[in-house]
Amino acid sequence: MSLLSTLARLEAVRGQRAEPLATVRHRHLSDRPMVLVPLAAAGEAGAPLAVLLGTDRDAPRLHLVPQPLNRTQRSEFLAAMAADVVPYLESFGEQVELLEGSEKDPVSGEKLPVVRELCADAPQLVVPNAAGVAHLALLGRSTRFRRTAEDPDPGEYPAPTQVPLLGRWLTHLTDRAQVPGSSMLLSMTGLLARHWATGQSNLEDQHLAARMAWHLSPSGLEPPATGAVAAEWVESARDAEGLLVHPPAGPSTDPKFDERVLAPAILRYDAAVAVRVRAEGSRDAAESERAAGLVERARAELARVLLAAALPTWHDVWHGLELLRELPPADHLPDRWEGDRWSFTMHRDRVAAGEPPQPRRDDAVTAARKLAQREREQAKLEIQEALDDPLAMAERRLAGEAFAGEVVDVVPEWSAGRSPKPRPLLVVRTGDRPHADPGREVYRAHAEPAQRAEIVSAESGEVVVRLLSGMGRRKDPEPGSVPEVGSRVVFTLFELAPRQSAPLPEPADTPWTHGGPPVVGEDSPAGADEWE
Amino acid sequence: MSFSGELVPNPLDAAGALPPGEAADRAVAGILDAVVRPRPGAPRGVVVDSPPGAGKSTLVVRAARELVDAGERLMIVAQTNSQVDDLVDRLASKAPEMSIGRLHASDAKPAPEALRHANVTAKDKVADLLEQDVVISTAAKWQWVKAEQPWRQAIVDEAYQMRSDALLAVARLFERALFVGDPGQLDPFTVVGTDQWAGLSYDPSSSAVVTLLAHNPAIRPHRLPVSWRLPASAAPLISSAFYPYTPFRSGTGPGERTLRPGVRADGSAVDTAIDEAAESGWALLELPARHTVRTDAQAVAAVAQTVRRLLDRELTAVSEQGSAPLTAGRVAVGTAHRDQAAAVRAELARLGVPVDPALGEAVTVDTANRLQGREYDVTVVLHPLSGRPDATAFHLETGRLCVLASRHRHACIVVARAGIAELLDEHPSTEPVQLGVAVKFPDGWEANHAVLARLSEHRVRLS
Amino acid sequence: MNVSHLGQASPSLRRLSELRGAAPQRSLDARALAALAANPGCRRRALLDAAGVDKTALADRLGRPAPFGQSPFAIRRGLQFESRLKRDGYAVLMEPLRRLLGVPEDEVASLAVPDLLPSLSPAMRTERTSAALAEAAADPSAWTLLDRPMLRLEVAGSPAYLEPDALVVHGGRCTVVEIKSFPVLDGSADPAKVGAAARQAAVYVLALQQAAARAAGREPSADPYAEQDLPGAPELTVLLVCPKDFSNRPVAMPVDVRRELSTTRRQLSRMTKVEQLLAALPEGMTFDLARDDSGAPTRPVEELTRAVEAVPAAYGPECISTCELGFHCRAQARCAGAVEQLGRGVRGELGSLRTVEAALAAAGRGAEPGVEPALLAELGLDEASERLAYAARLRAEALAAGGVR
Repeated sequence: MSLLSTLARLEAVRGQRAEPLATVRHRHLSDRPMVLVPLAAAGEAGAPLAVLLGTDRDAPRLHLVPQPLNRTQRSEFLAAMAADVVPYLESFGEQVELLEGSEKDPVSGEKLPVVRELCADAPQLVVPNAAGVAHLALLGRSTRFRRTAEDPDPGEYPAPTQVPLLGRWLTHLTDRAQVPGSSMLLSMTGLLARHWATGQSNLEDQHLAARMAWHLSPSGLEPPATGAVAAEWVESARDAEGLLVHPPAGPSTDPKFDERVLAPAILRYDAAVAVRVRAEGSRDAAESERAAGLVERARAELARVLLAAALPTWHDVWHGLELLRELPPADHLPDRWEGDRWSFTMHRDRVAAGEPPQPRRDDAVTAARKLAQREREQAKLEIQEALDDPLAMAERRLAGEAFAGEVVDVVPEWSAGRSPKPRPLLVVRTGDRPHADPGREVYRAHAEPAQRAEIVSAESGEVVVRLLSGMGRRKDPEPGSVPEVGSRVVFTLFELAPRQSAPLPEPADTPWTHGGPPVVGEDSPAGADEWE
Repeated sequence: MSFSGELVPNPLDAAGALPPGEAADRAVAGILDAVVRPRPGAPRGVVVDSPPGAGKSTLVVRAARELVDAGERLMIVAQTNSQVDDLVDRLASKAPEMSIGRLHASDAKPAPEALRHANVTAKDKVADLLEQDVVISTAAKWQWVKAEQPWRQAIVDEAYQMRSDALLAVARLFERALFVGDPGQLDPFTVVGTDQWAGLSYDPSSSAVVTLLAHNPAIRPHRLPVSWRLPASAAPLISSAFYPYTPFRSGTGPGERTLRPGVRADGSAVDTAIDEAAESGWALLELPARHTVRTDAQAVAAVAQTVRRLLDRELTAVSEQGSAPLTAGRVAVGTAHRDQAAAVRAELARLGVPVDPALGEAVTVDTANRLQGREYDVTVVLHPLSGRPDATAFHLETGRLCVLASRHRHACIVVARAGIAELLDEHPSTEPVQLGVAVKFPDGWEANHAVLARLSEHRVRLS
Repeated sequence: MNVSHLGQASPSLRRLSELRGAAPQRSLDARALAALAANPGCRRRALLDAAGVDKTALADRLGRPAPFGQSPFAIRRGLQFESRLKRDGYAVLMEPLRRLLGVPEDEVASLAVPDLLPSLSPAMRTERTSAALAEAAADPSAWTLLDRPMLRLEVAGSPAYLEPDALVVHGGRCTVVEIKSFPVLDGSADPAKVGAAARQAAVYVLALQQAAARAAGREPSADPYAEQDLPGAPELTVLLVCPKDFSNRPVAMPVDVRRELSTTRRQLSRMTKVEQLLAALPEGMTFDLARDDSGAPTRPVEELTRAVEAVPAAYGPECISTCELGFHCRAQARCAGAVEQLGRGVRGELGSLRTVEAALAAAGRGAEPGVEPALLAELGLDEASERLAYAARLRAEALAAGGVR
C-alpha cells in the first residue's frame, strides 16, 4: 500500500466513509454486464451449490444443486447454468468490425492484405469477490474436458454441448482476469478497492458487504450508519436463530447456515426424493403425484433459502456498479477494452475452429507468453492510469517518479552542428522531489506528439530540463510544441510507451533447457469426468 | 535465493585438506574440462555455483579464452548492461588478442570502460558483429536476435538472476552452454501474478538455473569452493548463514587483509566503528531504537558521516596483492530501497563526498539489486530492518542481506537502529508453501539472526 | 501441555492455573503450537495459550464471539476421505513413500500396522508409540504404519501430547503423514493451507527428533538445518495426503518442512518468556469466567475486559482469521485509534506516528493553504510527518484537479 492510499484510509477512518482513490473510473463497465453470485458446497473443491445470475438487476435467476453430493444433479445444474451463460457470451460474437491489415506469406515472404474480424463488443461478468473468480476457474477446470453426446466416445454420462463450452469460456475469462487492466471478468471488491479507500484493512475489504458498509448504510441496520460500526454489523450481527443477518458474499456459505438451514433442507429434500422413489415403485399414480409435489416443495424451500443467502450480495454488487458508474470513465478505457475485445474474438475463433479445450497446465512457451503479456499490460496500465488520473499521477510524484509544476522560464537554445535543432531549456517550479540526476531522460505527459527531455539540474523547488524532441523538423520549434511561461507541465521519469516484449519460440520449438517440445495431449485429459 | 540440486562432490575441499589455491584450481580445471572438452554424451549444460567473490569472472574469462582457442565462436549472455560492460572490460584487458563484439540496444550506449579497448567493437545490430570471436550482450537484447547465427557455445553469466522465460527465449541460439552464477543472491522477480505456474519445472518467473536443472537431471552443478573476495573475517559467517548446504572458505587467512588508518580517531562513535571494522572486518554502528520511515534521516546521516570519515582518515588497504589507499572508488554504500540510496547520495554530496561517477572517482551508492556481482574494499550498509516497525518478506529476503554483507574485501560497517532482534522475534512466520517448489534456504529469520549475532560482537553505540 | 500429567507445579504453572480459573485446561495441540507463529509478538495470545484459557468462551463473554466454525458438510467429507484412505489398507501411501525414500518400485512389501492401544492414557500411549517405533526402525526392510501415534513434546518445561495422523517407518527412519481435506488440483494446492499443514507437521517432526535424541541418550542438535542420524529419527520431508483434483481419491505429496521446523524451534524456545509476562501481571488477576452451576459465565464483563487489557496485544487485521479474540482486539485498536487497524504494513510508512489522529494531524499541516513544500522541513516535522504532509498536499491538489472536491 502506498502512502497516498494510507492517507485516504486515514481520512476514511476520520469520516467513517469511503474516500476516493481515483478521480475517474479505471475499468470498463459494460452496458449489459452479467452479474453472478456463485455459492459453493463446503468440503469439496469447486463443488457448486447455487448461482444467482442475470443481466437484469430486478430479475435474477437462481440455479441450484438440491443435493450437492448428487452427480447427476450437479450436471443438471451445470447444463442449466451453461444454457443461461453461454448464449449471453456468444451473443457478443455476432457483431464485428472488419479491420484491414497485412500478413507475411510464410512461403513467399510477401506481405498480403488480410481482413480480420474484431467483435464490436465483448461480454462482461461481474462477481462479488476474488474467491468468486477462483470458483469460476474451478468450474471451468471441472467442465471443460466433459464429454458430450457429440464425442466419438461419449462415455456413460454425456453432458450437453454447452457444458464443456461453458468450461472453456470460464477458463478463458478467469485466465484473462489475471491480465492487469482487463475488464471481461471483474470482482466487485477489486473494482471498489481500485477506486475507494475504506477505514479498514485490505483483508477486511475482501468482505463485500463490509466494504460496501463504508459507502452505504446496510439495509436493516438501525440507526443507519456507515463505517466501522456498520461493517462490523454486517460481518457479525446474527438473528435469534444464530444466523448472520447479512450472509457472506460467497462462494463459501456461513457454517451456521449450513448446519441450521441448509443441511435440514437438504435432508427434507432427500426424504421427499426417497418417498417419490418408493411411490414410483408402487405404481400408485396418486401417491406418485403427491410424492412429486413433496419433492417440488422441498426443492422450492431449498431455492428459497439459497436465494435468501445470495440476494443481499446480488444487491451489493449492483449497488457497487451504480457507485462506479457515477465516476467519469478514464480516457484510455476504450484502448484497454479493445484488448479485451481481441481476447474475446480470438477465443471465439478458437472455439469455432474446433480447437481442443485449454490444457490442464500451460506448456513452457504459453506460460512465458502469458507472463510477458501480463507484464506488458501492467506497464501499460500504470502509464495509462497516471495519464488519466491526477491522483494516480500523484502516486508517481510522491514516489519521485514524476514531477509537476509551472514553467517559470524558457531559454531558447539549439543543438550544435550544421543544421541546428531546437533544444530549449525549461525552468519548472515544483514542490516535487523527483529522483532525477542530471542527464536522466524524462518524458512530458500529455504531449502530442510525444516529447522527450533531459534533466539539466534538479534543485529543491526548481527543476531545469532541456526538451529533446517533439518540436518539428525545422530550426524553430513548431508553434505550441514548447510550453509557455506560466503553463503547467508534468514530466515523468518512466517511459510513456510500454516496451514490446521479445519474441518467444513456438511451443514446437521449446528448447532442451525447458524439456523440449511438449507432448501433445499430455495435459488434456479428454473425457475426464473426475467428480465423484 | 535458490539452490540447485546435488553437487559434484569434492570431499577434499570440504574437509579443507587442500590449500585454498589448490582446491580452487582443481575445481576450475574440472569445470574447464567439462566445458571445453566435454565427454561424448555429456549433458549440454555445465552449471557452476559460485559464492561471492569465488572467481566467477576469472572463470568466465578463462573459459572464453579456452573456447576461442579451441576454435569456437562464443556468445555471452549477462543480465544487465553494467554486467555486460564490466565483462567486456575485463575480457578485453585479459585477452587483448580476442576480438570482442558488444551488442547493445539502440537507445543504451555502452559504458566508456567497455569501449576503451582496441579489440572491442560495439554495434546495435548483431549482423555487424558476426566476425567477432566473442559477442556479449544482455539476455534482453539477445532475445531479439534471429536464430540463424553461428554460435554453438554460450556462456550465461549471473545465471541465477536470469529468469526462466529469458532462457526460453535465447536457448535456441546455442547448442551448449556454461551457466555461472551465485545461488545466494536475489532471485528474479515479477510484479504480476504467477501463482498458476508455481510448482511447474518451467515456471517462467523462476530462475533459469532451476528450470535447466529440473529438465536436465544429468547436470550436476560444479562449485567454486574458495572466496577470494571475502576476508577470513567474513567468509565463515557468510558461508554458514547463507550457504548452509554448500560451504566455502576464504582464500586468505586471518590477518592477511587489514586496514590501516592514516589519521587517528577523533573519539567519535563513527571513528570507533571504523577502527573496529579496520581491526576485525565488521562493525555495527548502532543508533538508539526508534520506529522510522525508510529514509531515516539520522541513519542516513550516520551512513554518510561514516563514508566521509573513511575517506578523511586516509586508510590504507593492505592485502595479499599489496597495499593501496582507500579511495572513493573502493567504497560502496548498500541500501534496501532506492529512496534510501537517493537520500544517502544527497547527504554525501552535502558532505562533499564525490558520488557522481561521470565527474571522476566516486563512492558507489546503490541498492542490493544493483550491487550484485560488485566488489569493494569497504562497504557501509544501511541494515534493511533498521528502524522498521515490522519486517516484511522483502526485508527478510536472505538474498538481499547476503548481497549487502558480501561485497567487501576488507571490512563491512553496518548502520542500524537497535531493536532488530526484537523485531525479528515478533515477525509472524506464516509463509505460504507451494507444492513442488523447492524450499529456499536458508530461512530469512535464521540468516538475519546469524548475521546480527556476529555484528553484535562489534557494536559501537551512537547516541 | 496437560497439567494433570505434571509432577510438581512450579510457581509459574500455579499462576497460569489461577489465570485459567476453574475452567478445564485447553490442551496445547500441534495446531495451537503451530498457530503461535501467526503472531509471536502478541503477549496477550501467548499468555492465554500458555494458561490454556478457552479463548472461544472468553471472546463470547467479551461480547465479540470468534467467527470460526466448520460446516457439517466439510466435516463429513473429511471423515469420508480419511476412512477411504484407511479402507484401502493405506496402499495409496506406499507408492509416494517409495519414491520419497528412493526405494525401488519392484520391492514388494506388506505394511504392518501395530496396535497402538488408543484407549490408554496419553503417557502410556506415548510409551507404546515409542516402543512400536523402535521395533519398526530396527528392521530397515520392513514397512510399518503407526496409525494415530502419540508423541510428547517438551514445551517450556512441561509435556504436551500430540497426535499425528500417521507415521510410516522404513529404512530405520520415520516419515510424518499429515492428512488434510483440501484438494490438490493439477499438482498444486492452496499455499496458505499447505503452509499451515507444514507448520503443524513440523511440530510432530520436532517431537520425534526429541524422542530420537532421548532414546539415543543425546542432546538434540542446535543446528536448525541438521538432519538427525539416529534410529527412528524423522525425515525432514513429510507426506501431505489430500484429495486429488475433484475426486475423493487420495494423493500424497512430499513437503519439505525444514524451514517450518526451524520456525517451530524458535517459537517454542520463546514460550519460556511466559514467566516474564506473568511477572508483569497485577496480583490476583484472572481470566476466570466464574461459571455458575448451569455453566453460564457470571464474571462481570467490565472486569474481564480489564483483565484482558492488562496484557498488551499486538493486533493486526490478520488476527481476525487466526485468533478467537480478533474482533475484540480490533474493537480495542479502533477505539484507541491505532494505525494497525489499517494493516501491519501501514506502520512502515508512518514511522513513529502510532495513531490515526497523530497521522492526520501531520497530514493536515501539508494541506493547509499557503504551506510551501520548502516550509515543511522548517516546521520541524520528522520524516514520516513531512512525507505525510507532502502526500496530503498532492492528494488535495489531485482531487481538486480531478474535480472530486
